[in-house]
Amino acid sequence: MAEGTLEVRIWRGGDEGAFGAYAVPARENQTVLDVVTEVQRRFEPSLAYRFSCRVGVCGSCAMTINGTPRWTCRTHVKRVAPEGRLTIEPLRNMKRVKDLACDMDGFLGKWASVGTFEGTATRADPPAAIDPASPARREVDAAIQCINCAVCHAACDVVAWDPHYLGPAALNRAWTLYNDARVADRRAVLDGALQPGGCHTCHSHGACTEHCPVGLSPTASIAGLKRAGLVSLLKGGRS
Amino acid sequence: MRRGAGWWAAMGHRLSGLALAAFLPLHFLMLGRALGGAEALDSSLKIAELPLVKVAEFGLVIALAVHLAFGLRVLAIELLPWPARDGLRLRLVYLGLAATVLVGIAFAVSVV
Amino acid sequence: MSEARLFLLQRLTALVMAPLVLVHLVLIVVAVQGGLTAGEILGRTQGSVFWGLFYGIFVLVAAIHAPIGLRNVLREWTGIGRRPIDWLMVAFGVLLLVLGWRAVVAVVGGGA
Repeated sequence: MAEGTLEVRIWRGGDEGAFGAYAVPARENQTVLDVVTEVQRRFEPSLAYRFSCRVGVCGSCAMTINGTPRWTCRTHVKRVAPEGRLTIEPLRNMKRVKDLACDMDGFLGKWASVGTFEGTATRADPPAAIDPASPARREVDAAIQCINCAVCHAACDVVAWDPHYLGPAALNRAWTLYNDARVADRRAVLDGALQPGGCHTCHSHGACTEHCPVGLSPTASIAGLKRAGLVSLLKGGRS
Repeated sequence: MRRGAGWWAAMGHRLSGLALAAFLPLHFLMLGRALGGAEALDSSLKIAELPLVKVAEFGLVIALAVHLAFGLRVLAIELLPWPARDGLRLRLVYLGLAATVLVGIAFAVSVV
Repeated sequence: MSEARLFLLQRLTALVMAPLVLVHLVLIVVAVQGGLTAGEILGRTQGSVFWGLFYGIFVLVAAIHAPIGLRNVLREWTGIGRRPIDWLMVAFGVLLLVLGWRAVVAVVGGGA
């Protein structure tokens, strides 16, 4: 595999644009991010792309690789392109700014709209006693590792079809807030997730769960919100 | 984008639902002909003997089976506890497909 | 009506319909053997309280279930506005209910 040359196509431009073609030497232990970096350093100094940590922690280097949204830093070329052909595009479902960088505002705006952590405790209060084995905390633990890489948002067809849909990452975030005993107004978080464009817009295709690089299940979180909505409707008659 | 089994199941569920929604008013109108007596209904049922209509009928029976099978999968995903593995119930997709094929065969054998 | 309420109705009607659809599928496969005649259909249904209730409930839940599902499809796959879709779906539900119950009356009641 180390022998030979990779045929690499990379998106150049914004929403309007075209692919540029590059011949990149194939190497041992080569990630897609290595390929993009090599193209920028050697052939195309004006190539725009995002990355930071290179080790799957920061969540900024996700792109569409041969049609599939992935982290480029944790994707080895030989795993996704055994034939040595790579097509690299920006993530789907967001406006393309330049080359491989897309505008994250829509995605992050939806994330922020489900609520931020607001507790009731003050400095004078002792730390909240949360039982790690409690059902609610287990739900939070199962969903909390999201790093906002937007891979699920790009993988989701319902996000593509309905611009109002909050999407898997934002709703997964809402689910962790709703199950966090320290959050002051959990009812408001749930109400937000039950609005048009919220959890009921999800049709459980499961693309988010299949593509999540951290192995989370936003589908499960969204199903949890749907069930919480049913319970509150049947118990309190609200929403 | 490459799509998984869950997406294809959802697509089957949606397209079968559309077919059923389009067919239901016609189905009801046809049965409503019985208001004019058995002869009136019989004359309408003759349409069902046309080969093209037979094929459409076959498609609708399949659509009903598909919609039931993949609908049950959605209910399982949303309402049952989420297991650590295969929470997307992908095995149910194949089970649903198999059940649909059985229904199709049963209908085809019966109608001939 | 709120999304949560529509979701509840959609899933409730699905749960009610699952066994009804199963019976319907079996009946279709049995009924089409040797051809479909009005005499056969009406012989089974006319004057039957059981089939009257069965199909009466079936029509009611289908008339609720179909418009809610179709609403999602129209929202996501067409450029029609949300308000017009909601009114269209109310009309579609009423149409299904009227035509459906008319058909139930036709095959269960009268005739005799």
